[in-house]
Amino acid sequence: MPQPPVLPRTEPLIRVEHVSFGYGGAAVLRDVDYTVEQGTFTGIVGPSGSGKTTLLRLLLGTVTPQHGAVHFRPGIAVSYVPQIETVNWSFPVTVAECVLMARSTRRLLPWATRDERADVQRVLERLGIGELGHRHIRELSGGQQQRMFIARALLRKPQLLLMDEPTSGVDVGTRHEVLHLLDDLNAEGLAIVLTTHDLNGMAAHLPHLVALQTRVIASGTPQEVIVPDVLEQTFGARMEVLQHLGMPVVVDSAGDVLLRGVAG
Amino acid sequence: MTLATLLDPFQYDFFLKGLVAAVLAGALCGLIGVFITLRGMSYIGHGLSHAIFGGFAAAPLLAVNPVLGAGVWGLASALAINGVTRQRKIGADAAIGVITTASFALGVALLTKFGNKGATFDAALFGSINGVADSDIYLLVGALLFAVVVFTALYRAFLFSTFDPEVADVSGVNVKRMDSLLMVVLTLSILSSLTIIGVTLVAATLVIPAVVARMLSDSFSRMLYLSTAIGAVCGGVGMYLSFQIDIPSGTTIVLVNAAVFVVVLAGTGGRGLKRTGGLDDHHDVPTTAPLATAGR
Repeated sequence: MPQPPVLPRTEPLIRVEHVSFGYGGAAVLRDVDYTVEQGTFTGIVGPSGSGKTTLLRLLLGTVTPQHGAVHFRPGIAVSYVPQIETVNWSFPVTVAECVLMARSTRRLLPWATRDERADVQRVLERLGIGELGHRHIRELSGGQQQRMFIARALLRKPQLLLMDEPTSGVDVGTRHEVLHLLDDLNAEGLAIVLTTHDLNGMAAHLPHLVALQTRVIASGTPQEVIVPDVLEQTFGARMEVLQHLGMPVVVDSAGDVLLRGVAG
Repeated sequence: MTLATLLDPFQYDFFLKGLVAAVLAGALCGLIGVFITLRGMSYIGHGLSHAIFGGFAAAPLLAVNPVLGAGVWGLASALAINGVTRQRKIGADAAIGVITTASFALGVALLTKFGNKGATFDAALFGSINGVADSDIYLLVGALLFAVVVFTALYRAFLFSTFDPEVADVSGVNVKRMDSLLMVVLTLSILSSLTIIGVTLVAATLVIPAVVARMLSDSFSRMLYLSTAIGAVCGGVGMYLSFQIDIPSGTTIVLVNAAVFVVVLAGTGGRGLKRTGGLDDHHDVPTTAPLATAGR
């Protein structure tokens, strides 16, 4: 099996160059250029079907571009955190067992070594859930579930963390908790790329955004990306953008239409 | 009923062989059943047993060893189901329905037309205490050892790919290989248990011990021990009852399993039932690298 091209250590973590990709003839990504630099924190925003997850898969190396190339820095470790909504929370494992899954390829035998148990405990404590290792995963709150998956991802000591819709289906409190945690991890040098369609709750709080709609519509700070023209091209709907405490706030104009309909 | 009557079966060599085979088959099905139920693949166990019946019936007519013929047939069916499903034109449950029932029907047709040259028709369908050969026991021992070695050595990879195939795949676990290996163990388990439990009932022995174990435990590793033990005990008790009340062994083994299920359900109540909540996530076939194939 051909190995993906690699980049020297001084280069970005991953560089996506002129990549196009499609499923069954339908283009999902067209001529996409995107670079993941060391220590950056980026949100990929776009509606369903815009190619967000496919771009994430390209960064994971689970799909091969049909055109263009994806270059990886040599020896790069990338970890992935799935959507918590897709997980079977009744599955019979404890938090510590779930985190230890990240060591599935290093040791064949079932039982954990003393070092492994210490590593798991260390990473759980780092994420503030050190006392929950023995709990069944079903007993966790939404924020704790996210922390557990991030702990599992961190056990592989990655340079880059990829997350698919980390705040999908979680309440406001959990969203804040996850945002603060990711911000802390990023401050420690971990590069993070996540997908989100939550403009106000998630995207507006991130340092860097990429608006995707099959191709890259815009890339930059939230102030540069969350603007009416970019949103219209990305989401196919006109939205108003207000400013609140120096952050963009998106107002869906469909609300006005409905209100006008009621009034009329 | 006197003690002599109760101990009467143990003086017969054929019963002892049947008993050993039933315990081994129950343990084997109980063990792999944990993976099958947690992956939501119960239907494929049911389907594969029917598919294997086709090979079981056809092999003697082709002058091929029935076990070998049925094994190859079963594996081919499993691969065909995977292949059809990956093309995504029809669903996994439909693929299993078509391929396995067609294979079963072919087996019935061959037996009806040419007569049986191997196990009797009823025995193949419902299991039998009679005719358990030494070779059947060797096959069961081999299959159980193989399953134990595979699940011990690759415990972590199987656990990860069962719980979260998507992340396991991107974390270095060869999920596709794990899925294929599981299918090999499943085919081998069904094949070696067929003479004791029968085609139509083997699926129950794959599912019930694992579900009971899930009701009793919140731990994956404990589930493996419990399910194996429950399967073995139900196999032994079922075989004993089969002798005493003279009905096919597969039937009594499944009825004992069902009785244990009812007792444990009554004992654990809502707590046990709640634990089984995730077992109905229906995948039908092993989930291979879903990130590479799932929605965008």
